[in-house]
Amino acid sequence: MSSENSTLVKLNNAGFKQNDKWLVEGVSLTVEKGKIVTLIGPNGSGKSTTAKIALGIYKNIEGSVEKYTNKVGYVPQKISIDWTLPLRVYDFMLLTENIKDEAIDEALTLTGVIHLKNKNLGNLSGGEFQRVLIARAISKKPELLVLDEPVQGVDYTGEIALYELIKRISDTLNCGILLISHDLHTVMTATDHVVCLNGHVCCSGSPMDVAKNNEYKTLFGEQASQILSVYEHKHDHVHSDKGEIKKN
Amino acid sequence: MFDDFFIRALIAGLGIALVTGPLGCFVVWRRLSYFGDTLAHSALLGVTLAYSFELNIALSVFIISSLIALILIQLQKKTNLPGDALLGLLAHSSLAVGLVVIGFLTFIRFDIMGLLFGDILAVTTDDLLIIWTGGAVILLVLKLIWKPLFASTVNYELAEAEGLNPDRAKAIFTILMAAVIAISIKMVGLLLITGMLIIPAAMARNISDSPQKMVLFSIIGGLLSVLLGLFSSLEFNTSSGPSIIMSALVLFILSLLNIKQSIKLKN
Repeated sequence: MSSENSTLVKLNNAGFKQNDKWLVEGVSLTVEKGKIVTLIGPNGSGKSTTAKIALGIYKNIEGSVEKYTNKVGYVPQKISIDWTLPLRVYDFMLLTENIKDEAIDEALTLTGVIHLKNKNLGNLSGGEFQRVLIARAISKKPELLVLDEPVQGVDYTGEIALYELIKRISDTLNCGILLISHDLHTVMTATDHVVCLNGHVCCSGSPMDVAKNNEYKTLFGEQASQILSVYEHKHDHVHSDKGEIKKN
Repeated sequence: MFDDFFIRALIAGLGIALVTGPLGCFVVWRRLSYFGDTLAHSALLGVTLAYSFELNIALSVFIISSLIALILIQLQKKTNLPGDALLGLLAHSSLAVGLVVIGFLTFIRFDIMGLLFGDILAVTTDDLLIIWTGGAVILLVLKLIWKPLFASTVNYELAEAEGLNPDRAKAIFTILMAAVIAISIKMVGLLLITGMLIIPAAMARNISDSPQKMVLFSIIGGLLSVLLGLFSSLEFNTSSGPSIIMSALVLFILSLLNIKQSIKLKN
């Protein structure tokens, strides 16, 4: 397969201006099939904006976006849902595409919220809702998955399990993932390419390259750099919900 | 058993309720009740134009309401005024212009009460045709845009990101609103059409836990309101519009009992 065919979305020097203020500018990146690209950067550095540019939510942008797929799953960072709608988890799963019941059950089981299927969306806790959001995005079997802080509000063990799930999905579906995460451990273990943002692209490359970059060090501090660089070992096991150890 | 006019009114009213049920749900979900009011008020201008140029009333109302919707969208883009102020501006000025035009049309005898509150005597066989074919088209189009419209009602960015084109769905929905007002103006009257959209849907919200159920109950509520309203209108010689809306209100109050019960059950 040529590299052109495996490209899902490509940003060429893209930027977005709101009220005469650049939210982000000059971003170039490519998400390919089976690859995970992670955006990191401090608050207000334009991570979510970059994701929205890639998704085509922002229309009047500088530069250009080339999108080669319409099968997209999106987990937004902030989501305001109007509770005047009677909406169960099940209805929410069918929001943008008619998905078979088995696929819905499978996705909800993977994210550990199958028991909430018939609950009203408004009655879920923050972490539960986040799991439903992820389930909805993956149940579509998308080619491009855009995850904006997907595990916010999820408990610690759940967080690890969900990131492992995301990694597994990228492998099994062979989909491209654009991930926004502040969890540097995750960035290190699961990511193929890191883009460090601060209103513009500070640096980008493999996690190791970025960890050694001086701009990255000034942005995140020495300690963060150490997290990345010492994190060279790979896990050979995972923990189940009950704490049992499972070999990979 | 019943007079012809009453049978016609029944058929017309039931047709309208079938359409206002699902559309009304979106009006409630998208908080468009004041928008519906504005379109309905502008309908008076449509009616006067229909009389002046001998056009079909539904067609003329449809054109004027769509026009007002377009003007609203333009004003929203070009001014810094909040949406509700613009709606108020358009609602009252188009109502005023309509009333002034009526003043000039001295050669036509107008039944203002009928225009404002509906008149079952006015429903002709032609109107039935317009209501049922128009209604069928509205429902068909709504079914076609259901997915993007509903998804963007829940969350605009999700719908946009996942390729559903919510802006187009919203524009089409605006036209559907104008169309439903056009076909129901004679029966319900322009002051009460929004009630026909909102009250059955609000009633349905109280007893539904999913969007499909809400649409279904909203339709059933509308049908019952029309039946109850028209029979009481015949019995007590009241205007058709207020009688239908009052019946809807009674159903809404009954649905509140359901809420109380479910709160009790939770405790």
